[in-house]
Amino acid sequence: MSGDFSLWVYLAKTPLLWLTVTLTAYVLADRIAAATGRHPIANPVLITVTLVGGVLALTGTPYPVYFEGAQFVHFLLGPATVVLAMPLYERRATVKRALVPMLAALAAGAGTTLAVVIALARLLDIPQPVVVSLAPKSVTSGVAMGIAEALGGDPTLTAILVILTGIIGAILVTPMMNALKIHDMRARGFAAGLAAHGIGTARAFQVSEVAGTFAGIAMGLNAFLTAILAPLALHLLF
Amino acid sequence: MIASLALILLAQLVGEAIARGAHAPIPGPVIGMGLMFGFLLLRDSGRLGLPRCLPKPLTDGTLENTARGLLLNLSLMFVPAGVGVVGRLDLLRAQGVKLAIVLVVSTALSLLVTVLVFRAVAARVERPGPDGEP
Repeated sequence: MSGDFSLWVYLAKTPLLWLTVTLTAYVLADRIAAATGRHPIANPVLITVTLVGGVLALTGTPYPVYFEGAQFVHFLLGPATVVLAMPLYERRATVKRALVPMLAALAAGAGTTLAVVIALARLLDIPQPVVVSLAPKSVTSGVAMGIAEALGGDPTLTAILVILTGIIGAILVTPMMNALKIHDMRARGFAAGLAAHGIGTARAFQVSEVAGTFAGIAMGLNAFLTAILAPLALHLLF
Repeated sequence: MIASLALILLAQLVGEAIARGAHAPIPGPVIGMGLMFGFLLLRDSGRLGLPRCLPKPLTDGTLENTARGLLLNLSLMFVPAGVGVVGRLDLLRAQGVKLAIVLVVSTALSLLVTVLVFRAVAARVERPGPDGEP
């Protein structure tokens, strides 16, 4: 038993173990998602997070220890954002033609998100610091945390709300668009990226490359616009 | 593959440096995306004779394949941060139900307004007829 334990202590200290757990859980989650025909509820992020979270709870592993290994995967978020340029470049003619609808949808979407979040939070009596952390929740996490911090919110809480928003948006988008009978993949993708940042974009790429391209653009534009609008909205509505 | 990764990281690094230096409200990787887009435009315009002096993987489609591989697995990259959420759900306990309502309602409305405005404006500006991308 003590021999097993020392092996565990050794493995738990290297990035290898948690990197392997993360990738294996993802492969498994992807298989599950594929088996359901990419059903929105079978969201790969949600399944993988649940699996890994279960392993961490069972082994009593603290999150910082896990992150030592998983940071290599986390790091890839940056390069993955950079390469959104490739589908954008390949479809630049389509994107250029849709410039006006995109900008209109961006302004309407970003404005609505902020107004609804702040109004609902007031209605439900959510305390001010939490509202500040909530306001940038549709924006990609790095920027959202920066916005919350600058306005006196709690960046950690913001990161949680951002990830939850992404998962909720990725689950809602397909059934909602189908119910509304909207088949324009540009519009569907743009909405997914605006409301649910990278996780919505990942979902959009599963559905169609056009949707993914527009989701990526929406994610980038919304980060920019919300950073400007959030302080204004909080000032006006609070 | 390595040349492609090096170029992608370089774009991110320069983007990050610009974002920090200019205190821009845009994340470094998004600026990097713009830089990469500019690189692709330059490469294919052929004006500077760029294709001849670039390493082969940057011109023969390897770069594009690397990009596709990363984007196909975008979901994976949110896992480490997502696992962190599981550990901090206690932060939500005090306001849990209220926050759930705000998140679901606002996300749904945000999707709805964005898609409807996009469609309405597109129908107005675009000439009737197939657009090639239904």
